[in-house]
Amino acid sequence: MRKSLLLSLTGVVFAALMSLGLGNAHAGEPVKIGVYYPMTGPSAVYGQIGYKGLQLAQKERPKVLNREVKFFLTDNKSDKVESANAVSRLIQKDKVDAIIGGLTSSNTLSGAPVAEKAKVPMISPWATNPVVTQGKKWVFRACFIDPFQGYVGAKFARENLKAKNAAVLIDISQDYCVGIANFFMKNFTKMGGKIASKLHYNTGDLDFTAQLTAIKNSKPDVLYCPGYFKELALIAQQAKEVGLDVPILAGDAAQADELIKIGGKAVEGLSFTTHFDEKGVTTESGKKFVKAFRAAYPGVTPDSVSALSYDTYNILLDAIERAGSTDKEKVRAELENTKNFQGVTGVMTMKNHDMVKPAVILTVKDGKFQWLATVQP
Amino acid sequence: MTIHLFLQQLINGLGLGSLYGLIAIGYTMVYGILRLINFAHGDVMMMSTYFAFFGISVFALPWWAAALVAMALTALLGITIDQGAYRPLRRAPRISALITAIGVSFFLENVSLVVFGSRPRPFFRPEMFRPIWHFGGITVLSLTVYTILITLGLLVIVYVVVYKTRMGMAMRAVSKDMHTVPLMGIDLNRVIAFTFGFGSALAAIGGILWAMKYPQIEPLMGIIPGLKAFVAAVLGGIGNVFGAVLGGFILGITEIMLVAFWPELSGYRDAFAFLLLILVLIFRPTGIMGEDLPE
Repeated sequence: MRKSLLLSLTGVVFAALMSLGLGNAHAGEPVKIGVYYPMTGPSAVYGQIGYKGLQLAQKERPKVLNREVKFFLTDNKSDKVESANAVSRLIQKDKVDAIIGGLTSSNTLSGAPVAEKAKVPMISPWATNPVVTQGKKWVFRACFIDPFQGYVGAKFARENLKAKNAAVLIDISQDYCVGIANFFMKNFTKMGGKIASKLHYNTGDLDFTAQLTAIKNSKPDVLYCPGYFKELALIAQQAKEVGLDVPILAGDAAQADELIKIGGKAVEGLSFTTHFDEKGVTTESGKKFVKAFRAAYPGVTPDSVSALSYDTYNILLDAIERAGSTDKEKVRAELENTKNFQGVTGVMTMKNHDMVKPAVILTVKDGKFQWLATVQP
Repeated sequence: MTIHLFLQQLINGLGLGSLYGLIAIGYTMVYGILRLINFAHGDVMMMSTYFAFFGISVFALPWWAAALVAMALTALLGITIDQGAYRPLRRAPRISALITAIGVSFFLENVSLVVFGSRPRPFFRPEMFRPIWHFGGITVLSLTVYTILITLGLLVIVYVVVYKTRMGMAMRAVSKDMHTVPLMGIDLNRVIAFTFGFGSALAAIGGILWAMKYPQIEPLMGIIPGLKAFVAAVLGGIGNVFGAVLGGFILGITEIMLVAFWPELSGYRDAFAFLLLILVLIFRPTGIMGEDLPE
């Protein structure tokens, strides 16, 4: 009896203090941001460099609403099940205010429903698969989606390469590749081009001579092959061996140093659509970011994942600032209101929880990635 | 399909098939002598490419010297695997050795993942293997021609070793009756060590040529060639080196022609490779050149 009296008394005093506005309810308490990135496993490369981008952003902007920002990093081990577990842990144990992550589409696809159910705002820097945000109220992303990449690829092939006939080579074991290739074909034919041939392969294949010989026989002007860099390097090499000498166009999965190391001379002239390149920055904040990143991590090239992570942090903090609190519903609403955000990866506006923003086209020249064009949406 | 296109695809098939056959030679030889399916063969092959890679990048050897050193080291690795993993099981049921071979395979893959890392590394292709030859519009990579020649050359060497030398005679004796051989005054362990060393050196040649054709190496690169070589060996009649090469060519040409004639099935070509194996086994359980029953 007495205990409950004491409790209710404390409650009344506390409520009174709050209503009197004696300080913010959470004053002094940090803003908790959960991060689930692949720090180990096959995608660890991305998690490691992406977290560098987040840390840099936090160093430059350590406070929001006069409260410290604190990261709760959970390793999703590049695994779908671990991703869902990581998000549950962040919500239930760490009680985070918002979540950043995951990086790859498949990890984000398994983490997102958990956040959606618990009604915690989540924003992914890099997951480009359209399904990630579809029908979700609490899930956002800071990047464009695959249909846009397919569209930019088609536009580049038609307008810059003046291609009439395109051959398409698709890795059918990757949702990402199948999706982006379909959007390319749809847009390319809409723009007056023709699909000369369409062939398939699987992740891990090494010999593409049969497919490439068939493609050569269909006499295309361009080869669109939105695969991962490992297969892409071999495809470029074997294309030369069977005498297929047309420009190759790819998607953002081509962006890895190994593409050039393995492909050598064969990948010269290979172009691909992607999110960011340090030479192709269009915004002031982009220039500042490249400089700060180079200074903070000597010898490491600021890439798409680190730049998008950096942007994600600032998009989220802007939303919290506009919301005036970490109230989850308010932050969610403000994330939806993101307009003309001056990010390092370009000026972007949130639309249906996806970002409308420019894409960058890079090409391999003299053994290096070179910026070719920035395509506005 | 034009005859011209068909010939180009046939060349592609020969290029792929000769590599399958080359790897299958070592596979089938070890089986023929020891009746052991050495599932670690593909991973031994993978190790050889790393030996050659480090020979060139770290010790700055010319490519042929790196290849020779890699062959020697791989032979040593094969002998070590035999001494460590298979020798204690000499008298155990055959299934125990088979499972141990799978264990050795996983062991090599995972140790390499830890030591070499999972990112693929670029492999070299020497100048002489680089030219692309044109024959009336048909292109052939010179490496493909050399690979076919090397495969046929090795076939002769294996034949001579097994049928024309004293060691070969001992090897054939071991294949007939492993337990009686020591009673005849033959050092069984020496013969088996030689077989493993020889088989691993063959794997090294196959691995290095494979990596020159598809110039990226990684710890799990041995799995698919190992499986395909196994299929080739079984197709041709396991234990028979000529059958292994024949099986390799059949497998390679089938895979390529499937894509050539039915491009819409190009994503399922591995499935058809294994379907071919099943069909052959239904009609000829011992493979194309296999003996009907072991003596």
